[in-house]
Amino acid sequence: MKKIINMKKFLHFSILVLGALSFIYPFIWMAFATIKPESEIMNLSIWPSKFTLDSYRAVFEKIPIGSAFFNSVLVSSAITASVLMFSSMVGYSLTFINFKGKSIIFNLILFTMMIPFQITLIPTYILIVKFGWTDSYMALIIPFMVSGFGIFMFRQYFRSIPRDLIDAARIDGSNDLTILFRVIWPNAVPAMVTVGIITFLSAWNEVLWPLIVIRDQTMMTMPQMVTLFALGGSAEMQQGVILASAMLLSLPVIVVYMFFQRYFIESMASSGVKG
Amino acid sequence: MLHQTRTGWFFASPYIIFFLLFSAYPIIFSLNLVFHRWNIISPMEFVGLENIRYLINDPLFWKSIKNTLWFLFIHIPLQVVVALVLANTLNEKIRGVMFFRASFFLPVVISGVVVTILWKNLYSTETGLLNNILTLAGLRKVPWLTDPTWAMPSIAIMATWKNVGLYTVLFLSGVQGIPRYLYEAAKLEGASKFQQFIHITIPMLNPVLIMVVILSTIGGFNLFIEPYMMTGGGPVNSTLSIVLYIYKQAFSFFKMGYAATIGFALALIIFSVTLIQRQLIEKNY
Repeated sequence: MKKIINMKKFLHFSILVLGALSFIYPFIWMAFATIKPESEIMNLSIWPSKFTLDSYRAVFEKIPIGSAFFNSVLVSSAITASVLMFSSMVGYSLTFINFKGKSIIFNLILFTMMIPFQITLIPTYILIVKFGWTDSYMALIIPFMVSGFGIFMFRQYFRSIPRDLIDAARIDGSNDLTILFRVIWPNAVPAMVTVGIITFLSAWNEVLWPLIVIRDQTMMTMPQMVTLFALGGSAEMQQGVILASAMLLSLPVIVVYMFFQRYFIESMASSGVKG
Repeated sequence: MLHQTRTGWFFASPYIIFFLLFSAYPIIFSLNLVFHRWNIISPMEFVGLENIRYLINDPLFWKSIKNTLWFLFIHIPLQVVVALVLANTLNEKIRGVMFFRASFFLPVVISGVVVTILWKNLYSTETGLLNNILTLAGLRKVPWLTDPTWAMPSIAIMATWKNVGLYTVLFLSGVQGIPRYLYEAAKLEGASKFQQFIHITIPMLNPVLIMVVILSTIGGFNLFIEPYMMTGGGPVNSTLSIVLYIYKQAFSFFKMGYAATIGFALALIIFSVTLIQRQLIEKNY
């Protein structure tokens, strides 16, 4: 009996190890490929004959990856801050304020969450053109400043906060904005973390929208620049250089993920959204 | 009450502005575009039902639908099976669960751009890691991305690899929610592990299963960056996805009216497919 249990344990363990290897190994391979000489990249052994930073040097010489990094950080942070602020405001009104039209607004939110972006993609692009926002931060930030998903998450979470807390604050004479930022926010940290992580990650990884509204190289975000670099001629098909640019795009996420993986996983599992 | 209404609308105003600008206006505009020919530069030209007629007779549109459905047909079962296996294995009290969970989840948080660049290398016919392993095992090389039959399945495998961690975690929390006594009762009745899995685990996971299938269907219909970067829709349009086709029509050929028409058709398809799936899954269990 004991033997059978051990066999089973071993089988389960092998499945998990095999799984873990197949998910992690490609990233390890990539990391080593970026510090190998170009000629050794396709070797089976991942260990290089000598370490070199040539690939990274080439990336920095060929494309303004520094400014793309700056743009990505700025755009993703602005979107995240704005989504946290506006979504919690709307979520607050839907939970704690009784007003005419409330249920209409809530149903509109559910409705817009179901509209595939393919319908709104082209008209939104045309709107951006009309406003003269192409090749600007406006184009990258404004269409993402409010999120139906964020509102929905906040509303769900706010419903678990006792109303007494708000009533007490109202009696003290606080207005609703003060209550939201001073009373509700400190009590809604898990919701803030969930919405924050998912919003930041999806903004950081967004690539279709920048490909459409940005042409000027100095305004490009990281994923867009890496995409065009990998596809276009300037990488001269040097795999090491392309992989190095991909490494620079994923490294910030990998580092943050290593420290906060629990929050990433729980956020996305609780909402079922990939970011 | 009046005060409440004023504050309520003030707090909801960010959404209302957003809704008018980025939902209501685009939907109406898009609907209008369906009946026009427009290249952005010259004025719009009313063409009636011309775009819809063209859509129905456009072999490339049907090809892109077929490709996307083919992608889903491989991707969803593969993803559900792998996620179920990993989740059930994780559920056996094994040391290092946190580590395994975190490693399965890693590709989920990484940009699709990086994953695509990485897999383009792994899939390389002459020098890629996968074919190297096959050669070592004495098997023949597979033309992963260069052969029209292999290209879409290859992309589906990659997409599964990228997303399966999320669904594993969803299934895992579902499995953990199943009451122990159900299994104990089944064991007393003499049910095998496999029977327990089919008759207890799967039906109890039904809500998660519906969610997983619907989420990955919607995700699959949005397939864009993978074929855009890996194959450009080729070889011979075998990986042309619907969103890639919309992108090409709108931003390579500047046929805004036609692109909007495809967008509406796609929305209609997503809507009906998820509705049908819901019905099927709910009925079968």
